[in-house]
Amino acid sequence: MKYQPLNLGRWVLWSGTALVFLAAPQLFSASFALTLMTQMGTMIIFALSYNMLLGQGGMLSFGHAVYSGLGAYLSVHALNLAGQGAFPLPLPLLPVVGGLAGLAFGILFGYVTTRRAGTTFALISLGVGEMVFACSLMFPGFFGGEAGISTNRVVGQPFLGISFGPAIQVYYLVAFWCFICMAAMFALTQTPLGRMANAVRDNPERAEFVGYNTQHVRFLQLALSAFFAGVSGALSCINFEIVSAENVSAIRSGGVLLATYIGGVPFFFGPIVGAVVFIFFVVALSGFTKAWLLYLGLFFLLMVLYAPGGIASLILLQIPVIRARRFGELLLPYALAAGAALVALAGLIGMVEMVYRLSEQGASTVLTVLELSFDARTTPPWIAFGAVLAAGLAALRQAARFVSARWDSVQQSLQSGTA
Amino acid sequence: MEFVLVQTLNGISYGLLLFMLSSGLTLVFSLMGVLNFAHASFYMLGAYFAYQVSAQIGFWPGLVFAPLLVGALGMLVERWGLRTVHKYGHVAELLFTFGLAYLIEEAVHLIWGRLAVEYRVPAELDGPLFHIMGSQYPIYRGFMMLVSVTMLVSIWLALTRTRIGLVIQAALTHPQTVEALGHNVPRVFMLVFGGGAALAGLAGVIGGNAFVTEPGMAAAVGPIIFVIVVVGGMGSLAGAFVASLLIGCIQTFAVSLDWAFGGISIAQAAPVLPYLLMVLLLIFRPKGLMGTREG
Repeated sequence: MKYQPLNLGRWVLWSGTALVFLAAPQLFSASFALTLMTQMGTMIIFALSYNMLLGQGGMLSFGHAVYSGLGAYLSVHALNLAGQGAFPLPLPLLPVVGGLAGLAFGILFGYVTTRRAGTTFALISLGVGEMVFACSLMFPGFFGGEAGISTNRVVGQPFLGISFGPAIQVYYLVAFWCFICMAAMFALTQTPLGRMANAVRDNPERAEFVGYNTQHVRFLQLALSAFFAGVSGALSCINFEIVSAENVSAIRSGGVLLATYIGGVPFFFGPIVGAVVFIFFVVALSGFTKAWLLYLGLFFLLMVLYAPGGIASLILLQIPVIRARRFGELLLPYALAAGAALVALAGLIGMVEMVYRLSEQGASTVLTVLELSFDARTTPPWIAFGAVLAAGLAALRQAARFVSARWDSVQQSLQSGTA
Repeated sequence: MEFVLVQTLNGISYGLLLFMLSSGLTLVFSLMGVLNFAHASFYMLGAYFAYQVSAQIGFWPGLVFAPLLVGALGMLVERWGLRTVHKYGHVAELLFTFGLAYLIEEAVHLIWGRLAVEYRVPAELDGPLFHIMGSQYPIYRGFMMLVSVTMLVSIWLALTRTRIGLVIQAALTHPQTVEALGHNVPRVFMLVFGGGAALAGLAGVIGGNAFVTEPGMAAAVGPIIFVIVVVGGMGSLAGAFVASLLIGCIQTFAVSLDWAFGGISIAQAAPVLPYLLMVLLLIFRPKGLMGTREG
């Protein structure tokens, strides 16, 4: 993960990102695509703020939803008060409220959690997360109980014709904040604090010998990360116009961990990729199948087992090969592996969906694939899908060998070429 | 008086159940450095397997087979999953078990549905064991205590009196030396992981029908046993024992007290108490009750 100072490239990259944000609603104008992209923007901020802990500070947190959730709660109350005319609050500045709330709770809880590092930190963050979630059912006045607290994002007079009622205006608000936060978090990685966080992650003992208080570095990093989490919480409050106990739950905390890890923890842009993939799973796939969490969990496990650097590392590994114009040699093994993986996936999906149809009461056990109907209560489809899965896995094993052999030979010739 | 007595007994039986869970977790943690996030999922699987077996043949075979099945599953997980990610370090191992917990919960959703299943206390253990000052004490609570204590004593004997137990104890602190003496340490890891899973499975078998067998049971008990491990001190079995009984008693007492402070009764605050205890302890004694390591 060598950092190369390519400033022209960086300008191109950031303006390109801004252009993508601007142009995306023009390209995908369906209302479904718009909600998808709005949620992706929120998730990108959340995942990047999470990676400030896990990727840059080496702190595995199981309770990050506390900061985004409490940020969302305070924003929803602020928005409701503003709606009643208690004080003027322009909607575009609501994320600042959320961020400051996140920061405040980050300072409060971070003081306790960052006293320890490593596994103990993970456990304590989990405990704090559970504590806040349990509190959410204890104080229905603030947390709104089971129903949560709903709001109306249209407050005050429209400014220049912008009322933030329509989804497209909310999208641009989220995109604006997403871009600002991305830039701010990237800038933070370049500051002395960002560098020290890396040092504390890699070798806390040595960082302490140099004269830094590792606990203090972790604390600052967590507080700042909680600020950005709060911003994302406020944006989700604007988007959904409701905040409930689910916002501070362990499900949210686990979700952001999954998203960040799938994207790629060692790289700054990893969580961005991860957030996009994760929201796709959550929003798009959950419309097709109730087993989407199973597929997401399986995908996560495969990443942990075989690609600990996430999707980002898989992309970055290809760059030197593409630069050397050798990517063509890898195309065939990649295509074969992808084909085998698809076959195995088809077998797996078939079996999972059949299990699901059998277990859910009232669901029809008859499935239709390519105009071919079959009943999950009979044996033949099980044998067929089992055979497809086994064949796919066997082919995948062969293809993986082929890929790694080709990959090794390309790498070897690349290294001997540069040496 | 009778209230205190009955609640204490309930608290101890719940605490012993918690210790069956946290002891496996602690052993695996001190031996392999892996915090097994899927530990509570093994507890849930134990309950579901026992439900399935008891629906077919009966409760008593389930009491034997379900923990064995869960233990075998645990060994498979260690052999084909954890050992693969071991080279990426402890965080990857932790994340692997975290993903596994997701997967097990979803698999339970898929196979047994989203609602609670009817896993009941067997008829011969249903009913009052004795009466104390007018209130009944159920047989099943006594049975739970009996099973937990028998299990824990046999584990203690196995750890201190048998050859494999001594190897495990040695591998806790000096894995390299044990390996140099010719013992297969990875296989010891596999056995301990499977043993911990089987213990969790057994806790599930006896806890599943005492409480409720539903897909949320892993997520409900998981954080509590992690709190126990932190409060007791990471890697300390004795600490885990004390913390289990403490938290078991706190929780059973809290839910049945209706004293109120500032509009919130203790019963309402009950779910928060273990976490509050953890946070306070961390502020005043970061090592945990009986922990030896810092950080």
